[in-house]
Amino acid sequence: MEKKLRRAMMFMPGNNPSMLQNAGIYGADTVIFDLEDAVAISEKDAARHLVHNAIKYFNYPCEVAIRINHIQTPYGVDDLKVVLAAKPDLIRLPKAESPRDIEEVDAIISEAESRYSFAPGSINMMAAVETAKGLRNAYEIATASPRMVALAIGGEDFIADLKTTRSKDGKELFVPRSQLLLAARAAGIDAIDTVFADINDEETFIAEVNLIKQLGFDGKSVINPRQVRIVHQIFTPTEKEIAQAGRVIAAYNAAIERNSGVINLDGKMIDTPMVLRAERVLAYAKSVKK
Amino acid sequence: MPKLLKAAQAGSVESTDILIMVAPAETGAGIKIELVSPTVQQYGEQIKNVIISTLIAHGIEDATVHANDKGALNFTIEARVTTAISRALS
Repeated sequence: MEKKLRRAMMFMPGNNPSMLQNAGIYGADTVIFDLEDAVAISEKDAARHLVHNAIKYFNYPCEVAIRINHIQTPYGVDDLKVVLAAKPDLIRLPKAESPRDIEEVDAIISEAESRYSFAPGSINMMAAVETAKGLRNAYEIATASPRMVALAIGGEDFIADLKTTRSKDGKELFVPRSQLLLAARAAGIDAIDTVFADINDEETFIAEVNLIKQLGFDGKSVINPRQVRIVHQIFTPTEKEIAQAGRVIAAYNAAIERNSGVINLDGKMIDTPMVLRAERVLAYAKSVKK
Repeated sequence: MPKLLKAAQAGSVESTDILIMVAPAETGAGIKIELVSPTVQQYGEQIKNVIISTLIAHGIEDATVHANDKGALNFTIEARVTTAISRALS
């Protein structure tokens, strides 16, 4: 199966008709309609109805996610009751701290899939880890439901929980990011980095995207269309990388045909991890071209 | 058949939104709509039809509606009417 790319996951405020109707034009791999922080408490009901209708009316050319309010708040269950009828691709749960949070949302989704005759398991879930406690339980959260396709780190809340501030090089997030990535990889799901709030500081944003790509993340949550282009550029393999991956696979296949145990390309030994990496690059390039 | 219990509003006068206010009316009075829109000549009837069909879909047959449209598409009109109804029912 081809990998579903989640390079840039773009947040859109859920109560803004203009942004919802234009959400599909920016090229993000995923749009996340936000019912949580971007919506005033007095407008939670209005945002739910608007997001439900937007998904029903528009055929978005990308994955459609909804960030619901936390399931323990008075709004989370009501969010799900309204929006699940429109069959979003993905529900993003904020501030996940225990597998119970995931199981509770999973049960409500299962009930809705049955009620609306959607294919069982067709609505995915992801969870944002935003506290030290959540990070301690990250693997259990990631494996709490077969619906889980990604873990995200919510940086601003995490930093507040750590009792520090955010620096330009993000050293305070190095361990949390790495631990979240390990949990996601162990569970076999995507790892998504936190938002970068200063949309005018492109230089730091680029450095941060390069950093999280190097750490192994699959993508990043973004808050502005300008950031989508940058994330996609950095995450997309270059022509040179694609060509080199093609040569590695060709050399590997030729060696298999010859029953040769040792594979050599340009004087360098090629081993299994290199072949796997090359296969990933080619699969990624194929998905991007679609 | 549900009946509106009080006047309630939803939406805004931001561009591409619509501000909907619904209020109870006497049984048998039907649905009366007062619409303000920059596109009332071209789309007035269509906007009113969306408002009426949304009210009917929620079982509301008697209501007074004031709508201040700022170029909302159908998905927004329907959502704002739905929210206004749910607020007026609670």
